[in-house]
Amino acid sequence: MDADAVDARSFAASDPISAGRTIRVLLQPKLLSALGRGVSGRTLGRRIPTLLLSAAGAFVLLFLVATRLLGGLREVPEVGPLLASKLLGLALLLFFGILLLSNLIAALSSFFLARDLATVHEAPVDWFGLYGARLLETLAGSSWMVLLMLLPVLAAYQSVYGGGPLFYGLVLLTLVPYLLIPAALGSAITLVLVRVFPARRTRDILAFVSVIAGALLVVGLRVLRPERLVNPEGFRNLVDFLEVLRAPSSPWLPSEWMAQTLIGHLEGGFDPFWLWLLWSTAAALVAGGAWLHFRLYPRGFTRAQQGAESGRRGSALWTAFARLLAPLGLERREMILKDARLFFRDATQWSQLLVLGVLLFVYVYNIQVLPIRSNEIMSRFLVSMVVFLNLALAGFILAAVAARFVFPAYSLEGRTLWLLRSSPLEPDTFVWSKYWSGAVPLLVLALLLTLLTNRILAVGPGIMALSLVSICALTLALVAQALAWGVAMPRFETGNAAQIPTSLGGMLFMLGALGTLAAVLVSQFLALRGYVRSGLPWRETRDPTGVELGIALGATLAITLVTGVWPYLVAKRRIREVGVPG
Amino acid sequence: MIRLEGLTKRYGSFTAVDGIDLEARRGELFGLLGPNGAGKTSTLRMIAGILRPDAGRVLVDGFDVVGDPYRAKARLGYIPDRPFVYEKLTGTELLRFVAGLYGQQGPEIEDRIRELLALWDLEGWADELVEAYSHGMRQKLIISSALVHRPRALVIDEPMVGLDPRAARLLKDLLRAFADSGGTALISTHTLEFAEALCDRLAVIAEGRIIALGTMDELRAQAESAESGLEQVFLRLTGGESQRELMRVLAG
Repeated sequence: MDADAVDARSFAASDPISAGRTIRVLLQPKLLSALGRGVSGRTLGRRIPTLLLSAAGAFVLLFLVATRLLGGLREVPEVGPLLASKLLGLALLLFFGILLLSNLIAALSSFFLARDLATVHEAPVDWFGLYGARLLETLAGSSWMVLLMLLPVLAAYQSVYGGGPLFYGLVLLTLVPYLLIPAALGSAITLVLVRVFPARRTRDILAFVSVIAGALLVVGLRVLRPERLVNPEGFRNLVDFLEVLRAPSSPWLPSEWMAQTLIGHLEGGFDPFWLWLLWSTAAALVAGGAWLHFRLYPRGFTRAQQGAESGRRGSALWTAFARLLAPLGLERREMILKDARLFFRDATQWSQLLVLGVLLFVYVYNIQVLPIRSNEIMSRFLVSMVVFLNLALAGFILAAVAARFVFPAYSLEGRTLWLLRSSPLEPDTFVWSKYWSGAVPLLVLALLLTLLTNRILAVGPGIMALSLVSICALTLALVAQALAWGVAMPRFETGNAAQIPTSLGGMLFMLGALGTLAAVLVSQFLALRGYVRSGLPWRETRDPTGVELGIALGATLAITLVTGVWPYLVAKRRIREVGVPG
Repeated sequence: MIRLEGLTKRYGSFTAVDGIDLEARRGELFGLLGPNGAGKTSTLRMIAGILRPDAGRVLVDGFDVVGDPYRAKARLGYIPDRPFVYEKLTGTELLRFVAGLYGQQGPEIEDRIRELLALWDLEGWADELVEAYSHGMRQKLIISSALVHRPRALVIDEPMVGLDPRAARLLKDLLRAFADSGGTALISTHTLEFAEALCDRLAVIAEGRIIALGTMDELRAQAESAESGLEQVFLRLTGGESQRELMRVLAG
């Protein structure tokens, strides 16, 4: 029978009762398996407290930072509250962009590529129920991490500006449509893409498109030059500056509507128009999405099941790469070669390199245009501070890149692990290969970043050497941590590399990585504080002494050695113990 | 060649494999039968070194799979019941990768890869990505990957899944020739005709324990079911015969 005929039959008219029942039935196994993943087996005792502690820790940390920032702004008369309002709009805009991209990818997985879809389509499920269930699944998968970051920020606004319990009610009322809009929009765009582009290529195209969109978002935000807002001298007068702050920065976007609703309430001028706009847009998008689903999904789903990529894949480039790796020994060479092939043949993975390129560009550009030379008296002090900031930001970028590329390395082996485990491949060789195939590209990136930016900042040879050694040591430690968390908390069930770092393990890795980075920064700052202070205008300037550099270097190496070697050993031990998915 | 001594595997409070002792000798095709959930796959996964036993040990050609995994696994080829392989590698690349894991490379391996792909009529697909392969073609590729390093013993979980009749026949001939040349194969299967026609000895496993072991004649004797086929013997041994009689009564 024609597949479309089958689909058309199951797409009969929907009724609310059967749709509701379908949503409940379809979501139940997802909920149960999500809970099962959190509390299963012998990890029960360790995982739940770790999860709660990490979430609470992240919440408190973000809340404190946001409260401090907002508290400081509140003290600034006239401009402070406006800046706070602007900041909320910007944060919500950034999160909205992340949500849209994340929903695009999640929708492809939940609507078209999920393993349970064949079973679902065999059953006489209500079409609207299926749409609702998959929409909620897409929303949940894409939004929980944003929520975790957004809620403490909103709590900080309530804490600083008051607003009473009603504020939380408004948060709930605005959050639902704020999350629903990108989910419905992302699902609809994915549906159209699957309908237009052939078969499984959509996944590659989507990965590419979302990466380009992400890159444009980053470049766009940079071009907006938000730093102008903290530099009132750039405006003709205070009135102009206040006008810029007062004007909604993106009145056509739901992020601004949510910001206006919440800020309006905090300032005592709540306007229901923005809330109405949020809900009506969300309702219209869900209705439109459902209609599109009804019209396009059956044929789109059929297309998504067809044809895989084929063609000759042998190339002189791979042969040359294999020769280059020959000194590593056969097993290591084959492991690295295999990983490289899988990486460059999967658009969801290689396309992320474009993000890296954009990040690198924006980062170096920002250092280039830093206004540190506008004030010659302060410039030496600022440069010495920016060196620390540079290490912090480069470290953060490296942590994010390790989360994207190294953390998923073990999870991606997934159901093919039987092949490695039944072979005589030593677990140590496996960990070694995974470690160095992540570490080498990251080291190149780290050195490139630090060299370029330090040259722009014209730092002395001592600081340059310290920065280069520090960033290398930090990279090696972060890669070990990413690998260890990836082995300890794998996500075998998803084939999409981009989704794996958004798991709990990915979040824990990021927290650990940021902790390592903070420890390195604090120890270096303490060791070099005499040199930093010498840059102050009323002091005699001098270069860092050998002892200062030695202490800073020693502390950095000690921290990175402990936080690098220990996770590496944990990864080696875990790899022997951890089971193979069935 | 493959020797299990008191092999035990527990998942929480559930004991999947409960102190199994058996030996598959050199040149022998040994069948492992049992109802679903009897512990067959767990047993095979422990032999292949994928799962760690909670008690007991597995010896392959005298080498302990846990104590001396390198030498034990180097002598073994494993064919799982589900053909999960790297989708973005070509058939040739996958076989070359597996050979590399076993420390083998060079012109001899390249010849071996070509020979195996030709055996299963996969030469035309050698340079296509595995994601384009059908289920049966993947199964053929996995059988090839288990043979590429010339193992002395094979551990096979449901060998006939996804194979067309011609490939199934080819596999039977291949396994017979493998045993005749001194190789050993331990085969778990639900295809009783396959086991009856091919295996030299059989073990029936239920609730993690071996409840019968021997040649076809010895199993008939143990089941007190002379002249009957393996299906009758299997059902009698595993308690399925009474259910079948009940079904007959219910059907009138």
